[in-house]
Amino acid sequence: MIRFLITVIRRDVLLAARRRGDWLTAQFFFVMVVSMFPLGIGPEPTMLRLIGPGVVWVAALLACLLSLGRLFADDFRDGSLEQMLLSPYPNSLLALGKALAHWVINGIPLLLIAPVLGIQFGLPAEALLILVLSLAIGTPILSLLGGIGAALTLGLRGGGVLITLLILPLYVPVLIFGAGAVEGAMSGTGSEAHLSLLGAFLVMSLLVAPWISSLALKISVE
Amino acid sequence: MLFANDLACERGERLLFKNLGFELGEGEALLVRGGNGHGKTSLLRILCGLSQPAAGEVRWRGQPIASEHEQYCREMAYVGHVNGIKDDLTPLENLRLAAALDGRDLDLPVAVAALEQVGLSRCLDFPARVLSFGQRRRVALAGLMTAGALLWILDEPLTGLDVHGVAMVEKLIRDHVVAGGMAIMTTHQPLALDGVSAKSISVGD
Repeated sequence: MIRFLITVIRRDVLLAARRRGDWLTAQFFFVMVVSMFPLGIGPEPTMLRLIGPGVVWVAALLACLLSLGRLFADDFRDGSLEQMLLSPYPNSLLALGKALAHWVINGIPLLLIAPVLGIQFGLPAEALLILVLSLAIGTPILSLLGGIGAALTLGLRGGGVLITLLILPLYVPVLIFGAGAVEGAMSGTGSEAHLSLLGAFLVMSLLVAPWISSLALKISVE
Repeated sequence: MLFANDLACERGERLLFKNLGFELGEGEALLVRGGNGHGKTSLLRILCGLSQPAAGEVRWRGQPIASEHEQYCREMAYVGHVNGIKDDLTPLENLRLAAALDGRDLDLPVAVAALEQVGLSRCLDFPARVLSFGQRRRVALAGLMTAGALLWILDEPLTGLDVHGVAMVEKLIRDHVVAGGMAIMTTHQPLALDGVSAKSISVGD
Protein backbone atom coordinates (compact mmCIF):
# COMPACT_ATOMS: atom_id res chain seq x y z
CA MET A 1 0.00 0.00 0.00
CA ILE A 2 2.63 2.51 1.10
CA ARG A 3 4.83 1.36 -1.76
CA PHE A 4 2.05 2.07 -4.23
CA LEU A 5 1.58 5.53 -2.75
CA ILE A 6 5.30 6.27 -3.03
CA THR A 7 5.38 4.91 -6.60
CA VAL A 8 2.54 7.24 -7.64
CA ILE A 9 4.32 10.25 -6.09
CA ARG A 10 7.68 9.31 -7.61
CA ARG A 11 6.07 8.84 -11.01
CA ASP A 12 4.54 12.32 -11.00
CA VAL A 13 7.72 13.95 -9.74
CA LEU A 14 9.67 12.20 -12.51
CA LEU A 15 7.16 13.36 -15.13
CA ALA A 16 7.28 16.93 -13.78
CA ALA A 17 11.08 16.83 -13.95
CA ARG A 18 10.85 15.84 -17.62
CA ARG A 19 8.49 18.76 -18.30
CA ARG A 20 10.06 21.57 -16.38
CA GLY A 21 8.36 24.23 -18.50
CA ASP A 22 4.89 23.26 -17.31
CA TRP A 23 6.08 23.08 -13.75
CA LEU A 24 7.81 26.47 -13.73
CA THR A 25 4.74 28.26 -15.14
CA ALA A 26 2.82 28.06 -11.89
CA GLN A 27 5.83 29.11 -9.81
CA PHE A 28 6.53 32.14 -12.01
CA PHE A 29 2.85 33.04 -11.94
CA PHE A 30 2.99 33.07 -8.14
CA VAL A 31 6.06 35.33 -8.08
CA MET A 32 4.62 37.67 -10.72
CA VAL A 33 1.21 38.13 -9.10
CA VAL A 34 2.69 38.82 -5.67
CA SER A 35 5.27 41.24 -7.10
CA MET A 36 2.63 43.23 -9.00
CA PHE A 37 0.94 44.45 -5.81
CA PRO A 38 3.75 46.63 -4.42
CA LEU A 39 4.17 48.11 -7.91
CA GLY A 40 0.48 48.87 -8.27
CA ILE A 41 -0.26 50.09 -4.76
CA GLY A 42 2.89 52.08 -4.11
CA PRO A 43 5.71 51.77 -1.60
CA GLU A 44 3.74 52.70 1.53
CA PRO A 45 5.24 50.32 4.20
CA THR A 46 2.29 50.19 6.59
CA MET A 47 -0.16 49.53 3.76
CA LEU A 48 2.03 46.81 2.25
CA ARG A 49 2.52 45.13 5.62
CA LEU A 50 -1.24 45.13 6.06
CA ILE A 51 -2.07 43.49 2.74
CA GLY A 52 1.06 41.27 2.48
CA PRO A 53 -0.24 38.04 4.05
CA GLY A 54 -3.52 38.17 2.13
CA VAL A 55 -1.81 38.84 -1.18
CA VAL A 56 0.65 35.97 -0.76
CA TRP A 57 -2.16 33.61 0.20
CA VAL A 58 -4.48 34.61 -2.65
CA ALA A 59 -1.61 34.26 -5.14
CA ALA A 60 -0.85 30.80 -3.71
CA LEU A 61 -4.49 29.75 -4.26
CA LEU A 62 -4.44 30.99 -7.86
CA ALA A 63 -1.07 29.37 -8.62
CA CYS A 64 -2.43 26.12 -7.22
CA LEU A 65 -5.54 26.33 -9.41
CA LEU A 66 -3.36 26.97 -12.45
CA SER A 67 -1.56 23.65 -12.07
CA LEU A 68 -4.59 21.64 -10.93
CA GLY A 69 -6.11 21.51 -14.41
CA ARG A 70 -3.36 19.10 -15.46
CA LEU A 71 -3.49 16.90 -12.36
CA PHE A 72 -5.45 14.10 -14.05
CA ALA A 73 -5.96 15.51 -17.56
CA ASP A 74 -2.66 14.34 -19.08
CA ASP A 75 -3.04 10.84 -17.65
CA PHE A 76 -6.64 10.74 -18.83
CA ARG A 77 -5.68 11.67 -22.39
CA ASP A 78 -2.96 9.07 -22.83
CA GLY A 79 -4.86 6.27 -21.10
CA SER A 80 -2.50 5.84 -18.17
CA LEU A 81 -5.23 6.96 -15.75
CA GLU A 82 -7.33 3.93 -16.77
CA GLN A 83 -4.35 1.68 -16.23
CA MET A 84 -3.73 3.15 -12.78
CA LEU A 85 -7.39 2.77 -11.84
CA LEU A 86 -7.04 -0.91 -12.78
CA SER A 87 -4.06 -1.39 -10.48
CA PRO A 88 -4.77 -3.80 -7.65
CA TYR A 89 -4.96 -1.09 -4.97
CA PRO A 90 -7.87 1.05 -3.74
CA ASN A 91 -8.53 3.96 -6.09
CA SER A 92 -8.65 6.40 -3.17
CA LEU A 93 -4.99 5.59 -2.57
CA LEU A 94 -4.29 6.64 -6.15
CA ALA A 95 -6.19 9.90 -5.62
CA LEU A 96 -4.26 10.53 -2.38
CA GLY A 97 -0.95 9.83 -4.13
CA LYS A 98 -1.77 12.19 -6.99
CA ALA A 99 -2.78 14.98 -4.58
CA LEU A 100 0.36 14.52 -2.47
CA ALA A 101 2.49 14.53 -5.63
CA HIS A 102 0.80 17.78 -6.66
CA TRP A 103 1.76 19.24 -3.30
CA VAL A 104 5.36 18.06 -3.56
CA ILE A 105 5.68 19.47 -7.07
CA ASN A 106 3.74 22.72 -6.71
CA GLY A 107 3.20 23.33 -2.99
CA ILE A 108 6.70 22.93 -1.58
CA PRO A 109 8.29 25.42 -4.03
CA LEU A 110 5.66 27.98 -2.94
CA LEU A 111 6.77 27.50 0.67
CA LEU A 112 10.35 28.20 -0.29
CA ILE A 113 9.59 31.29 -2.38
CA ALA A 114 7.02 32.80 0.01
CA PRO A 115 9.45 34.22 2.63
CA VAL A 116 11.39 36.05 -0.10
CA LEU A 117 8.18 37.57 -1.40
CA GLY A 118 7.12 38.40 2.16
CA ILE A 119 10.21 40.58 2.51
CA GLN A 120 8.91 42.68 -0.42
CA PHE A 121 5.96 43.55 1.79
CA GLY A 122 8.13 44.37 4.77
CA LEU A 123 6.80 41.54 6.92
CA PRO A 124 8.76 41.09 10.18
CA ALA A 125 10.77 37.89 10.69
CA GLU A 126 8.23 36.39 13.07
CA ALA A 127 5.42 36.92 10.58
CA LEU A 128 7.50 35.35 7.82
CA LEU A 129 7.92 32.24 9.95
CA ILE A 130 4.17 32.03 10.56
CA LEU A 131 3.55 32.64 6.83
CA VAL A 132 5.68 29.63 5.89
CA LEU A 133 4.11 27.56 8.65
CA SER A 134 0.57 28.44 7.58
CA LEU A 135 1.44 27.68 3.94
CA ALA A 136 3.01 24.38 5.01
CA ILE A 137 -0.27 23.32 6.65
CA GLY A 138 -2.51 25.03 4.10
CA THR A 139 -1.07 24.07 0.71
CA PRO A 140 -1.64 20.30 1.15
CA ILE A 141 -5.31 21.16 1.76
CA LEU A 142 -5.34 23.09 -1.52
CA SER A 143 -3.95 20.05 -3.36
CA LEU A 144 -6.33 17.59 -1.70
CA LEU A 145 -9.48 19.65 -2.26
CA GLY A 146 -8.24 20.60 -5.73
CA GLY A 147 -7.99 16.91 -6.56
CA ILE A 148 -11.78 16.65 -6.16
CA GLY A 149 -12.33 19.50 -8.61
CA ALA A 150 -9.78 18.12 -11.07
CA ALA A 151 -11.44 14.70 -10.97
CA LEU A 152 -14.94 16.13 -11.38
CA THR A 153 -14.06 18.33 -14.36
CA LEU A 154 -12.00 15.66 -16.10
CA GLY A 155 -12.72 15.44 -19.82
CA LEU A 156 -15.13 18.39 -19.79
CA ARG A 157 -14.73 21.24 -22.21
CA GLY A 158 -13.78 24.45 -20.42
CA GLY A 159 -12.79 22.39 -17.39
CA GLY A 160 -10.20 24.98 -16.38
CA VAL A 161 -12.77 27.66 -15.62
CA LEU A 162 -15.21 25.22 -14.09
CA ILE A 163 -12.61 23.89 -11.66
CA THR A 164 -12.03 27.47 -10.47
CA LEU A 165 -15.72 28.01 -9.81
CA LEU A 166 -16.06 24.66 -8.06
CA ILE A 167 -13.01 24.78 -5.86
CA LEU A 168 -12.48 28.45 -4.92
CA PRO A 169 -15.44 28.49 -2.48
CA LEU A 170 -13.93 25.46 -0.74
CA TYR A 171 -10.63 27.33 -0.44
CA VAL A 172 -12.23 30.22 1.48
CA PRO A 173 -11.67 28.78 5.00
CA VAL A 174 -8.04 27.97 4.15
CA LEU A 175 -7.53 31.54 2.97
CA ILE A 176 -9.18 33.05 6.05
CA PHE A 177 -7.25 30.98 8.57
CA GLY A 178 -3.99 31.08 6.62
CA ALA A 179 -3.89 34.82 6.16
CA GLY A 180 -5.43 35.29 9.62
CA ALA A 181 -2.58 33.39 11.26
CA VAL A 182 0.00 35.78 9.79
CA GLU A 183 -2.02 38.87 10.68
CA GLY A 184 -2.45 37.51 14.19
CA ALA A 185 1.31 37.13 14.53
CA MET A 186 1.83 40.74 13.44
CA SER A 187 -0.88 42.30 15.57
CA GLY A 188 0.18 40.33 18.64
CA THR A 189 -3.09 38.45 19.13
CA GLY A 190 -1.29 35.16 18.41
CA SER A 191 -1.72 32.69 15.61
CA GLU A 192 -2.14 29.37 17.45
CA ALA A 193 -5.92 29.31 17.06
CA HIS A 194 -5.75 29.90 13.31
CA LEU A 195 -3.03 27.32 12.81
CA SER A 196 -4.90 24.70 14.88
CA LEU A 197 -8.04 25.20 12.82
CA LEU A 198 -5.97 24.94 9.66
CA GLY A 199 -4.47 21.70 11.01
CA ALA A 200 -7.93 20.31 11.75
CA PHE A 201 -8.98 21.19 8.24
CA LEU A 202 -5.93 19.36 6.88
CA VAL A 203 -6.75 16.20 8.82
CA MET A 204 -10.33 16.30 7.60
CA SER A 205 -9.37 16.76 3.96
CA LEU A 206 -6.75 13.99 4.23
CA LEU A 207 -9.48 11.64 5.37
CA VAL A 208 -12.30 12.66 3.05
CA ALA A 209 -10.89 14.26 -0.11
CA PRO A 210 -9.11 11.20 -1.63
CA TRP A 211 -12.24 9.12 -1.22
CA ILE A 212 -14.46 11.72 -2.95
CA SER A 213 -11.84 12.22 -5.69
CA SER A 214 -11.74 8.50 -6.41
CA LEU A 215 -15.53 8.38 -6.77
CA ALA A 216 -15.40 11.39 -9.09
CA LEU A 217 -12.62 9.76 -11.12
CA LYS A 218 -14.67 6.62 -11.63
CA ILE A 219 -17.60 8.67 -12.90
CA SER A 220 -15.40 10.79 -15.18
CA VAL A 221 -13.59 7.81 -16.70
CA GLU A 222 -16.84 5.95 -17.42
CA MET B 1 -13.71 -18.41 -14.62
CA LEU B 2 -15.19 -15.29 -16.21
CA PHE B 3 -18.94 -15.27 -16.33
CA ALA B 4 -21.08 -12.47 -17.73
CA ASN B 5 -24.79 -12.63 -17.25
CA ASP B 6 -27.58 -10.65 -18.89
CA LEU B 7 -25.43 -7.55 -19.48
CA ALA B 8 -26.99 -4.38 -20.82
CA CYS B 9 -25.32 -1.11 -21.67
CA GLU B 10 -26.75 2.33 -22.20
CA ARG B 11 -24.98 5.36 -23.63
CA GLY B 12 -26.98 8.50 -23.02
CA GLU B 13 -30.56 7.50 -23.75
CA ARG B 14 -29.60 4.84 -26.26
CA LEU B 15 -29.56 1.13 -25.46
CA LEU B 16 -26.43 -0.36 -27.05
CA PHE B 17 -27.04 -3.99 -26.18
CA LYS B 18 -28.97 -6.11 -23.71
CA ASN B 19 -29.28 -9.74 -22.60
CA LEU B 20 -25.65 -10.35 -23.40
CA GLY B 21 -24.03 -13.23 -21.61
CA PHE B 22 -21.13 -15.66 -22.01
CA GLU B 23 -18.80 -17.85 -20.06
CA LEU B 24 -15.08 -18.11 -20.61
CA GLY B 25 -12.78 -20.74 -19.13
CA GLU B 26 -9.03 -21.24 -19.05
CA GLY B 27 -7.48 -21.77 -22.46
CA GLU B 28 -10.30 -20.03 -24.32
CA ALA B 29 -10.45 -16.90 -26.41
CA LEU B 30 -13.45 -14.71 -27.10
CA LEU B 31 -13.84 -12.52 -30.16
CA VAL B 32 -16.29 -9.66 -29.82
CA ARG B 33 -17.85 -8.72 -33.14
CA GLY B 34 -19.97 -5.77 -34.14
CA GLY B 35 -19.93 -2.66 -36.28
CA ASN B 36 -18.69 0.78 -35.32
CA GLY B 37 -20.68 2.28 -32.48
CA HIS B 38 -22.37 -0.99 -31.55
CA GLY B 39 -20.78 -1.11 -28.12
CA LYS B 40 -17.73 -3.34 -28.40
CA THR B 41 -15.49 -0.99 -26.46
CA SER B 42 -18.27 -0.36 -23.94
CA LEU B 43 -18.54 -4.10 -23.39
CA LEU B 44 -14.80 -4.45 -22.83
CA ARG B 45 -14.81 -1.54 -20.38
CA ILE B 46 -17.63 -3.18 -18.46
CA LEU B 47 -15.70 -6.47 -18.44
CA CYS B 48 -12.59 -4.87 -16.99
CA GLY B 49 -14.57 -2.89 -14.42
CA LEU B 50 -14.03 0.64 -15.73
CA SER B 51 -17.75 1.09 -16.46
CA GLN B 52 -20.84 -0.22 -14.77
CA PRO B 53 -23.39 -2.17 -16.81
CA ALA B 54 -26.97 -0.83 -16.89
CA ALA B 55 -28.10 -4.35 -15.96
CA GLY B 56 -26.52 -7.72 -15.29
CA GLU B 57 -23.21 -8.59 -13.69
CA VAL B 58 -19.72 -9.88 -14.38
CA ARG B 59 -18.24 -12.56 -12.15
CA TRP B 60 -14.66 -13.69 -11.84
CA ARG B 61 -14.05 -17.00 -10.03
CA GLY B 62 -17.63 -16.83 -8.87
CA GLN B 63 -17.36 -13.38 -7.27
CA PRO B 64 -18.69 -10.09 -8.69
CA ILE B 65 -15.71 -8.14 -10.06
CA ALA B 66 -16.74 -4.96 -8.23
CA SER B 67 -16.30 -6.59 -4.82
CA GLU B 68 -13.09 -8.40 -5.81
CA HIS B 69 -11.38 -5.37 -7.35
CA GLU B 70 -7.89 -6.16 -6.07
CA GLN B 71 -7.86 -9.85 -6.91
CA TYR B 72 -9.40 -9.27 -10.34
CA CYS B 73 -7.04 -6.44 -11.25
CA ARG B 74 -4.08 -8.63 -10.34
CA GLU B 75 -5.15 -11.33 -12.79
CA MET B 76 -6.46 -9.12 -15.60
CA ALA B 77 -4.62 -6.89 -18.06
CA TYR B 78 -6.36 -4.37 -20.30
CA VAL B 79 -5.03 -2.68 -23.42
CA GLY B 80 -7.49 -0.03 -24.52
CA HIS B 81 -7.88 2.34 -27.45
CA VAL B 82 -5.22 4.60 -26.02
CA ASN B 83 -2.02 2.91 -25.01
CA GLY B 84 -1.45 4.24 -21.51
CA ILE B 85 2.13 5.15 -22.43
CA LYS B 86 3.70 8.31 -21.02
CA ASP B 87 5.27 10.32 -23.85
CA ASP B 88 8.02 11.76 -21.67
CA LEU B 89 9.35 8.40 -20.54
CA THR B 90 11.32 5.81 -22.51
CA PRO B 91 9.67 2.46 -23.34
CA LEU B 92 11.82 0.84 -20.69
CA GLU B 93 10.75 3.34 -18.01
CA ASN B 94 7.14 2.94 -19.10
CA LEU B 95 7.22 -0.82 -18.62
CA ARG B 96 8.95 -0.70 -15.24
CA LEU B 97 6.66 2.06 -13.98
CA ALA B 98 3.54 0.14 -15.04
CA ALA B 99 4.90 -2.91 -13.22
CA ALA B 100 5.65 -0.91 -10.07
CA LEU B 101 2.12 0.52 -10.06
CA ASP B 102 0.78 -3.03 -10.22
CA GLY B 103 2.95 -3.97 -7.25
CA ARG B 104 5.26 -6.16 -9.35
CA ASP B 105 9.03 -6.09 -9.65
CA LEU B 106 10.18 -6.04 -13.25
CA ASP B 107 13.87 -6.76 -13.69
CA LEU B 108 15.72 -4.80 -16.33
CA PRO B 109 16.71 -7.87 -18.46
CA VAL B 110 13.08 -9.09 -18.51
CA ALA B 111 11.82 -5.68 -19.63
CA VAL B 112 14.52 -5.39 -22.29
CA ALA B 113 13.74 -8.91 -23.54
CA ALA B 114 10.03 -8.08 -23.84
CA LEU B 115 10.75 -4.92 -25.79
CA GLU B 116 13.14 -6.80 -28.07
CA GLN B 117 10.50 -9.43 -28.68
CA VAL B 118 8.03 -6.79 -29.93
CA GLY B 119 10.74 -5.39 -32.20
CA LEU B 120 11.73 -2.26 -30.30
CA SER B 121 15.36 -3.10 -29.53
CA ARG B 122 16.52 0.05 -31.32
CA CYS B 123 14.23 2.41 -29.40
CA LEU B 124 14.91 1.47 -25.77
CA ASP B 125 16.34 4.85 -24.79
CA PHE B 126 14.16 7.24 -26.80
CA PRO B 127 11.26 9.01 -25.15
CA ALA B 128 7.99 7.48 -26.34
CA ARG B 129 7.04 10.86 -27.82
CA VAL B 130 9.35 10.26 -30.82
CA LEU B 131 8.00 6.76 -31.50
CA SER B 132 5.45 6.11 -34.23
CA PHE B 133 1.86 5.13 -33.46
CA GLY B 134 2.55 1.47 -34.21
CA GLN B 135 5.67 1.47 -32.07
CA ARG B 136 3.75 2.88 -29.11
CA ARG B 137 1.18 0.14 -29.62
CA ARG B 138 4.05 -2.32 -29.40
CA VAL B 139 5.20 -0.81 -26.11
CA ALA B 140 1.70 -1.39 -24.73
CA LEU B 141 1.82 -5.00 -25.96
CA ALA B 142 5.22 -5.50 -24.33
CA GLY B 143 3.59 -4.27 -21.12
CA LEU B 144 0.88 -6.86 -21.60
CA MET B 145 3.48 -9.61 -21.98
CA THR B 146 5.30 -8.67 -18.81
CA ALA B 147 2.11 -8.23 -16.78
CA GLY B 148 1.78 -11.97 -16.26
CA ALA B 149 -2.01 -11.71 -16.24
CA LEU B 150 -4.31 -14.67 -16.77
CA LEU B 151 -7.03 -12.72 -18.57
CA TRP B 152 -6.20 -10.35 -21.41
CA ILE B 153 -8.78 -7.81 -22.52
CA LEU B 154 -7.67 -6.21 -25.77
CA ASP B 155 -9.47 -3.44 -27.61
CA GLU B 156 -8.44 -3.48 -31.27
CA PRO B 157 -4.92 -4.80 -30.58
CA LEU B 158 -4.01 -4.74 -34.29
CA THR B 159 -4.60 -1.01 -34.87
CA GLY B 160 -1.55 0.67 -36.33
CA LEU B 161 0.53 -2.51 -36.60
CA ASP B 162 2.30 -3.60 -39.78
CA VAL B 163 2.16 -7.14 -41.23
CA HIS B 164 4.90 -8.41 -38.92
CA GLY B 165 3.21 -6.77 -35.98
CA VAL B 166 -0.09 -8.50 -36.76
CA ALA B 167 1.65 -11.87 -37.01
CA MET B 168 3.41 -11.16 -33.72
CA VAL B 169 0.16 -10.34 -31.93
CA GLU B 170 -1.50 -13.46 -33.33
CA LYS B 171 1.37 -15.58 -32.05
CA LEU B 172 1.30 -13.78 -28.71
CA ILE B 173 -2.40 -14.48 -28.24
CA ARG B 174 -2.09 -18.08 -29.47
CA ASP B 175 0.77 -18.83 -27.08
CA HIS B 176 -1.05 -17.18 -24.20
CA VAL B 177 -4.29 -19.10 -24.76
CA VAL B 178 -2.60 -22.45 -25.48
CA ALA B 179 -0.68 -22.05 -22.22
CA GLY B 180 -4.02 -21.86 -20.39
CA GLY B 181 -4.58 -18.11 -20.50
CA MET B 182 -7.74 -16.31 -21.54
CA ALA B 183 -8.18 -13.51 -24.05
CA ILE B 184 -11.10 -11.29 -24.96
CA MET B 185 -10.62 -9.01 -27.94
CA THR B 186 -12.30 -6.90 -30.55
CA THR B 187 -10.93 -6.54 -34.04
CA HIS B 188 -12.12 -5.61 -37.50
CA GLN B 189 -9.28 -7.46 -39.16
CA PRO B 190 -9.24 -11.24 -39.64
CA LEU B 191 -7.25 -12.87 -36.88
CA ALA B 192 -5.54 -16.20 -37.48
CA LEU B 193 -5.92 -18.15 -34.26
CA ASP B 194 -5.32 -21.71 -35.45
CA GLY B 195 -5.44 -24.38 -32.81
CA VAL B 196 -7.18 -22.13 -30.31
CA SER B 197 -10.72 -22.69 -29.11
CA ALA B 198 -12.16 -19.30 -29.95
CA LYS B 199 -15.73 -18.31 -29.17
CA SER B 200 -17.34 -15.29 -30.64
CA ILE B 201 -20.23 -13.02 -29.73
CA SER B 202 -21.85 -10.13 -31.55
CA VAL B 203 -23.02 -6.95 -29.90
CA GLY B 204 -25.73 -4.58 -30.93
CA ASP B 205 -27.52 -6.42 -33.74
